[in-house]
Amino acid sequence: MTVKFILLVNKQGQTRLAKYTDVGMAVEERRVLEGEIVRKCLARSEKQCSFIEHRNYKVVYRRYASLFFLVGVDSEENELATLEFIHCLVETLDRYFSNVCELDLMFNLEMAHFIVDEMLMNGCVVETNKHNILAPVQLLEKAN
Amino acid sequence: MSIRLRELIRNVRQCKTAAEERDVIAKESAALRNAFREQDTLYRHRNVAKLMYIHMLGYPTHFGQMETLKLIAANGFPEKRIGYLGLMILLDERHEVLMLVTNSLKNDLNARNQYTVGLALCALGNICSVEMARDLSPEVERLLGSSNSFIRKKAALCCMRVLRKVPDAVESFADKAPALLSDRHHGVLLAGTSLLLELCQLDPALIPSYRQQVPQLCKILRGLLMTGFAPEHDVGGITDPFLQVKILRLLRVLGAGDADASDAMSDILAQVASNTEAARNAGNAILYEAVQTIMGTESIGGLRVLAINILGRFLANRDNNMRYVALNTLARVVAVDTQAVQRHRSTIVECVKDADVSIRRRALELVYALVNEGNIKALTKELLDYLQVADAEFKPDLTAKIAALVQRFAPDKRWHCDSLLQVLTQAGGTVKEAVCRSLVVLLTNAPELHGYAAREFFRALRDARGRPPAPLLATTAAWFLGEYGELVTAGSPLLEGEPALEASEGDVVAALEGVLAGGEPGSAERREYALTALMKLAARFPDQADRIQAVLARHARSPQVEAQARAVEYGQLFGYDALRPALLERMPPLDEAAYARALGTAAAIQAAGAPLAAVSAAGNDAVGDLLSLDEAPAVGSGAAAAPSAADMLHDLLGGAGAAGGNGAAPATAPADALDLLSMLDAPAPAAKAPAAQDPLADLFTAPAAPAQPAAPAPAPAALPSVTAFERDGVRAVLAFRKPPGAPAHTEVTATYTNAGAAPVTGFTLQAAVPKFMTLRLAAASGTTLPPGGAGAVTQRLHLTNSQHGVKPVALRLRIAYTADGAPAVHQVEVKNLPADL
Repeated sequence: MTVKFILLVNKQGQTRLAKYTDVGMAVEERRVLEGEIVRKCLARSEKQCSFIEHRNYKVVYRRYASLFFLVGVDSEENELATLEFIHCLVETLDRYFSNVCELDLMFNLEMAHFIVDEMLMNGCVVETNKHNILAPVQLLEKAN
Repeated sequence: MSIRLRELIRNVRQCKTAAEERDVIAKESAALRNAFREQDTLYRHRNVAKLMYIHMLGYPTHFGQMETLKLIAANGFPEKRIGYLGLMILLDERHEVLMLVTNSLKNDLNARNQYTVGLALCALGNICSVEMARDLSPEVERLLGSSNSFIRKKAALCCMRVLRKVPDAVESFADKAPALLSDRHHGVLLAGTSLLLELCQLDPALIPSYRQQVPQLCKILRGLLMTGFAPEHDVGGITDPFLQVKILRLLRVLGAGDADASDAMSDILAQVASNTEAARNAGNAILYEAVQTIMGTESIGGLRVLAINILGRFLANRDNNMRYVALNTLARVVAVDTQAVQRHRSTIVECVKDADVSIRRRALELVYALVNEGNIKALTKELLDYLQVADAEFKPDLTAKIAALVQRFAPDKRWHCDSLLQVLTQAGGTVKEAVCRSLVVLLTNAPELHGYAAREFFRALRDARGRPPAPLLATTAAWFLGEYGELVTAGSPLLEGEPALEASEGDVVAALEGVLAGGEPGSAERREYALTALMKLAARFPDQADRIQAVLARHARSPQVEAQARAVEYGQLFGYDALRPALLERMPPLDEAAYARALGTAAAIQAAGAPLAAVSAAGNDAVGDLLSLDEAPAVGSGAAAAPSAADMLHDLLGGAGAAGGNGAAPATAPADALDLLSMLDAPAPAAKAPAAQDPLADLFTAPAAPAQPAAPAPAPAALPSVTAFERDGVRAVLAFRKPPGAPAHTEVTATYTNAGAAPVTGFTLQAAVPKFMTLRLAAASGTTLPPGGAGAVTQRLHLTNSQHGVKPVALRLRIAYTADGAPAVHQVEVKNLPADL
């Protein structure tokens, strides 16, 4: 009942952020997996459900403008809650970058990672309160 | 001079081709290597950030691993932070350099700054290896009791990882974990609940003691339900859905199988199920979890009705996400309460036709679980109708499911035949070969349907004219026409409701010629079938013999070696008019019992939860290999007789020049008679093939027979094999063979398989016999039985009965193995041994 990976991918299928909690996958393997999943997701229409089964993962995805947020979970996980988690992640990123867009994430990759790390640890959700998530991240901003 | 990260990103983005991008990355990687070599500390953290970017693009970054370690050891927080991030992204627990970081982690875990501690916990929680877990678990344990909630929540999740790596540490954490549930901070509660779930999973023995926490969990849940608007944890009017979902899941684990605990949580479950707002996704996530908890625990009837009603609402929802989770849950519920699910049958069948493949697959699984003897006809009709319009990607799944259902629940053989034929004509390309084999077995045993099947397949071939029929349809049709072709034309009585058929002998031959035509890839196999079928018909349609001979002559120059060999050999047979009719007789019925046993194994695999694909794959491999090119039923001579006959034919073939074309037979004949024997007796799907005889070998028997009439005589009589032991899916089957000329000896081949879901290790078998017998036990081929019947271990036993004919053989077995971590020892007396051992 854990999150195995989080991927942020744009409409062209380019990975913008990748976070794997499931170790044991080589870099090339990850690339292949990302390609396969993204192709599957891009082929789906708005009306179809947000879940696809791929290999032994269940991928929950949601599209925000030009970015796809994909979360791979195991078959035990609550899909709807995962969808809610994606939304929470997006709202948090949005609050931090104020109107987040693809470029924000590209040029501030480490910041995006810090935020994800505050929310997710070892594949489990740690924190969903936006203030609690952002407090330590923003502290560094001030320190710099 | 190094460029900034932004510049690198910009450069990469400006690349128009993949080659350009590789170039840019290669240049940058070289620059980074240089910087690392020159110990450039000023830009170190920028360099590591670049590495992460390069890694994300999928390029190698191993050269920078040491740099991240240096950053972690640095004093400043920004450096540390990027260092830990690099550590988590660039490295994983298998890297040996990870050992070097243990000390830095220890220092940071003891740091005074809470954020430094948080960083270290986060990193440890994501990449900790077994050694690190051992070294650092005291620190984590201490931090679990920290007064700072920021640290406590991270420590709890870090514990999860540590425990997963070092399960013996469970004891020291087991008592500390429940304390987290009385925390006020939601993050700590969430992490604590996750930790408890993990502990329950690692050590199920802890569950009873954790049941004391049920009231506390209910209290938290009630608190979440009752608070009005709580801005810090509000998601669309619902307070902290993530925590609610987690708690509901923990309640499910604690309540499963325990009436008291289930009773204690029933009030709150009812409250959640009836009060949660279903308008938003967050509310539905909670309802979804609550339904699963209600169905997963010992809830009372009323609560279950409530849960099923919620699922019904989900299923009727227009949102596909809701329908997906509804189908998902119904599939889990179906085992508990089939009746409740049956009520939604029509909606579920509709979902099989949904435009969304995720939904279709779920619905299909569910329909599959819902079918029984009563509704098989109606549901199969629905599925068959849908098969016509289903898209290609979905067909293999669908056909496999239909075939499995038909085989399991068919009310009568004619309907069985009709349904499978329909599947074959509509989606022949996607059907598994095993399906046709079972049809052949079924129909050879139903004389009243021989003519019907032949006529139906004739029609199918005729209707498909113009476009090539699916290979499997063509081969099966060819087989049936070859066997029962005369029933298509001769006025054999039509079955009730069957349309009349006007067909002459010439039409049947023409249909088979149609199968022969065409040169697309994959046509070789059906050509071989068609040639054999035509040859068989030559004996029954004397008027068509010349025409058939002409066809054979044409194929005698076929570029396909196998077809050519057959054509030449069959052509030779026309020279033996006296033998031909006897040689080309109809197959005797196949052994249904052996086939059913094989199916039983397949069903067991399915019951164990393995996806259908595994079954069909296994069936395909084993059967496909054995039967790759002929109608196995060609060998009706009884299983045990076949191999020895094959051996002798080998010898004969060398000299039997008269038969000609001696190149093909040895290639396909089984190499080792005993190998084959053991396969025959294995309860694996291989048993479907009574014997993997080459049909040519069979044919050769006849021409050779006059020269050596004694050839098949010494073949021993078949002895039935015996299932000596069966428990937990582990099965031992004994097959017996009497060496010729030594009635007191028996060679036993024991085959062990495991149909369960977990692998069985350390499998040993010991055997004991009465004093008047001697026993020699050879070493087994292995001690591990893979799950799902995916492989078998064999062992040979030699028995000598000194009182043969006076006293019967008796055998006692002691079987020891470890299944799912639990050792088991069983003793069995083998019953129903064949009488004449």
